[in-house]
Amino acid sequence: MKPPRPLMIGTALLVLCHASLLARANEGLESDDPTARGYAIAKRADESDAGFGSSAAQLTMTLSDSRGRETTRELRIETLEKQGDGNGDWSLTRFFSPPDVEGTKLLSQARVLKSDNQWLYLPALRRVKRISSSNKSGPFVGSEFAFEDLTSNELGKYEYIYLGEEDLDDGSRVYKVQCNPLYERSGYTKLNCYFDTETFQSRRIEFFDRGGRLFKTLDLLEYRRYPKGYWRSHRQIMVNHLTRKTTTLQFGEFDFGVELERRDFDPSALEIP
Amino acid sequence: MRLRLTLLALAILAPPASWPQSLRFRPEVTTEARFFGSRPQFDQQLRSVQGSLVLQGELQWVAESGRATATIEPYIRLDAADDDRTYVDFREASFARSSGDWSVLVGFSRVFWGVAESRNVVDIVNQFDTIEDFDQGEKLGQPMIRVSRRLKAGSLEALYLPYFRKQLFPGSEGRLRAGVVSDRAQFQRAGDEWAGDFALRYSATLGSFDFGTHLFHGTNRFPLLLASPSTDELTPFYQERSQAGLDVQYTTGPWLLKLEVASVQIDRDDFFSAVGGIEYTFFGVGSSALDLGVIAEFLHDGRDLRHSPFNPFDRDAFAGARISLNDPQDTQILAGAIIDTRTNGVIATAELERRVGERMVFELEARYFDANEDPFLGAFESDSHVTLRLRRFL
Repeated sequence: MKPPRPLMIGTALLVLCHASLLARANEGLESDDPTARGYAIAKRADESDAGFGSSAAQLTMTLSDSRGRETTRELRIETLEKQGDGNGDWSLTRFFSPPDVEGTKLLSQARVLKSDNQWLYLPALRRVKRISSSNKSGPFVGSEFAFEDLTSNELGKYEYIYLGEEDLDDGSRVYKVQCNPLYERSGYTKLNCYFDTETFQSRRIEFFDRGGRLFKTLDLLEYRRYPKGYWRSHRQIMVNHLTRKTTTLQFGEFDFGVELERRDFDPSALEIP
Repeated sequence: MRLRLTLLALAILAPPASWPQSLRFRPEVTTEARFFGSRPQFDQQLRSVQGSLVLQGELQWVAESGRATATIEPYIRLDAADDDRTYVDFREASFARSSGDWSVLVGFSRVFWGVAESRNVVDIVNQFDTIEDFDQGEKLGQPMIRVSRRLKAGSLEALYLPYFRKQLFPGSEGRLRAGVVSDRAQFQRAGDEWAGDFALRYSATLGSFDFGTHLFHGTNRFPLLLASPSTDELTPFYQERSQAGLDVQYTTGPWLLKLEVASVQIDRDDFFSAVGGIEYTFFGVGSSALDLGVIAEFLHDGRDLRHSPFNPFDRDAFAGARISLNDPQDTQILAGAIIDTRTNGVIATAELERRVGERMVFELEARYFDANEDPFLGAFESDSHVTLRLRRFL
């Protein structure tokens, strides 16, 4: 028997490779083990964002109290994709309003299971100050978002348990996954995470406090797909069920073309306007 | 020669004219009232209320690349009681440009060095604005050429400060003073204000450590006040000063450990200044959003009393607390006291700050002096006061 021609081998290999890639992408998604299946869903969500490099977006944060009184803050967040294991995404947040906090910057080098590294720039004093960041569960600038809600959803932050499929109010189908925080100082006992069955993007998160009560619900709305295939929610609404306060984040266009490097996320860069 | 250098620097810094630009103006008006509880020490001094109006603002141009900025921050205080507290300063009037790892700034600017809360012994670049407030929280704009270079690890900056800013002192009507200080100062260094200062600093982050180390040679920011037989006024005398210093902060969990040390030479007096301590934050006190930080620091200043009549921070302890309500109004409360362990002199301060609406900030400040055996604080013993301030952003 004649050996197959090299081209044929190549094609066969390609087909095999492709099949195994598909199999790997869907690996665990059909698993009977709820832990493996939950992890597989979260992994797909995480991978859908891999390789974005850096991005920047302006947003308006609206805080409203139980009586509907509103306060707004204008921010810009620049993000550098995580570098290496154990690290989360790095971010630089600039505040534009209210006017008394204009020019304030927060640099955060997120780490998955440890305290993040954080520096604050206080423009009135021209002071760069390393701050304690062990309070991942603390409120972010008076909002209903905790620091840990804003740092990107790193795969390694939770243990996952698949709970089933559900329909959201708008009719879209979601996977319901229980996420148990692994960070010891987390403010939550568990999260119910809802992932879109088609795009694998996070659509809703329910947060349960240390007493096990449903404490907050985050809805992630107005998803748009950017040219390189990355999905971003442009409207996020966090409702605190205990205080009846809400915080809405309304994002502008995400800029994936922004050229940011590691050194732009160094404390020495904070003094540059 | 000096002019030619400046022109050369400007030529290097001048941005290409084609850049799209953004211009921003943020004016601000502050009304302030200080209330003194006790009768003044001297007859000419104001009795009980000191009203002030402050006009300030920031005008900033930023190139679209973000790599060139021009900033002007005028600061104008109009004081109803003390003519010497009516003054104009440029907190910032600078042009800055960065390119790759290099950045250059020319003009009036402010620089902060240090990590501690009660006093920053390494913070040597700017003159403190002592007429604005008693603590060393406000600074005068300092003319400088500042060149910074970011390295693989950390960054290096060199500063040339061509012109010295003298301290401002209250006039005869003003409180918080000993004698009246003359506008005419004397200098040890040739060239007086134009003698020129140099500073060099390297700073870096290494894991949980943030540190900086610096060298400085120039004119001492704190003058000796000399009595003269011919006049009632005191004459400020500015000596030569050289120093080398180190500041380091170690951050772990809710703990911050801080140390600043400077080895100083003033005239023929060699000594160490240091401040070190801890800050611990209780996050979410009582499962609320409130954060409580407690601060304890020790201060040392080895200046020989034969060379300087007053040495207020020779061996002092500081204890303080910082409360953040983490509310939409960003309410903050700061309270602290410095106690001189030798004389039992006390300076205690409490501050509250809260936003009102979107464009106003309310500030309340109380300051209490108890001199006990302290000769320096003796001058301020009757000057304990409360300040109300309303900042309005236009």
